[in-house]
Amino acid sequence: MVNAAAPALDDVWRWLADVPDPEIPAISVVDLGIVRDVAWSGSGDDATLAVTITPTYSGCPATRTIERDIVAALREHGVERVALSVKLTPAWTTDWLTAGVREKLRAYGIAPPEERAGATSGDILRFVETKTACPRCGARDVTLTSAFGSTPCKALYRCNACLEPFDHFKCH
Amino acid sequence: MSVPPDIEVDAALFEFALRLGDSALVLGQRISAWTGHAPVVEEDLALTNVALDLVGQARLWLTLAGDVEGAGRDEDRLAYYRDASEYRNVLLVERPNGNFADTIVRQFLFDTWHFYLLQRLGSSNDERVAGIAQKSVREVAYHVRRSGDWVVRLGDGTDLSRTRVQAALDELWPYTGELFAPDDIDRAVAGRGIGCDLAALREPWLRHVDGILADATLARPKDGWMHSGGKSGRHTEQLGYLLAEMQSVRRSIPGDRW
Repeated sequence: MVNAAAPALDDVWRWLADVPDPEIPAISVVDLGIVRDVAWSGSGDDATLAVTITPTYSGCPATRTIERDIVAALREHGVERVALSVKLTPAWTTDWLTAGVREKLRAYGIAPPEERAGATSGDILRFVETKTACPRCGARDVTLTSAFGSTPCKALYRCNACLEPFDHFKCH
Repeated sequence: MSVPPDIEVDAALFEFALRLGDSALVLGQRISAWTGHAPVVEEDLALTNVALDLVGQARLWLTLAGDVEGAGRDEDRLAYYRDASEYRNVLLVERPNGNFADTIVRQFLFDTWHFYLLQRLGSSNDERVAGIAQKSVREVAYHVRRSGDWVVRLGDGTDLSRTRVQAALDELWPYTGELFAPDDIDRAVAGRGIGCDLAALREPWLRHVDGILADATLARPKDGWMHSGGKSGRHTEQLGYLLAEMQSVRRSIPGDRW
């Protein structure tokens, strides 16, 4: 039973959509697909908000911060009892980034993933340089400069047209 | 495959999870020592990020091991308060970093095995094992691409890089036998559909390794005598130094928090 005083789940989703990713503040933890589910359990004073999250990379140092930020944001909106649980399956994938989120990344200067995860043709164990488009000028004449960038989810590229370096959000 | 009847399922799964977690943790600790020392800044970033992935995966496996054991040991307890003889990692990952070629060859041989192992564990009938494997295998596929690319660049590079990478391959090859040699624990988890047949991983592993070595103009060493013992706690002396460094802070101030 949902307590009459408990905030609606739509509101909860909206609040969480305002929690920025600590490393890429242009997008939220909901945009990234980290928040998988919210649900009330119990009723009255015992009503607890169960929040299910799926972490991105195993090694992402931001995971703990994200958990703390989610709980803090809910507290700010008066939700005191939060049960955060981590769900590994299905594994996080960039396929969960909507077209709108990809556009936000591009506008922020990060080339978004273009392919579907696992849709890469050829041997997935062989290195193939992704010919992504420069988020600034749109040119596809780009060079990979580093397999990893400022975070585990990104690689570093250089645009050969406008000569700017940029991050590419890897297809994962 | 027959199930050794005398090994209880949770006891086998505990050991199996330790093997996966310890191998990821020890290699993660090894390559994190390159931070600030890699030949180029891009490699500094890459080795650090791969180390982070591996340590993150180790946390999941060690947490599972602690849960299965049911004795109240969490990931930190298992990582920081076991001595070398209680570690269950394969010997390959505890080999010293050596030069950059040694590090890359060790990484490539492990990454390729790690990928095929996790791919099969993704369909484990234990959903905890399957969940960790499905998540990790995506990260590890990227590791394999990167380390294989480096083997080709170094092998098909200068005389010096080729000499060093071939020497690394010759040195480390005898540590690959252990990866594909199942013991009673491996057979117990495989027989119950939790693990998989390790011996069967060698064929796809060898196919990928041979492809990369051909592109790298390197010669695959002959199979001879192989080292083993890591999975049952018989380690080389190198592991003790690594653990001493990794565990020293936690053991000097037990129970302290950041």
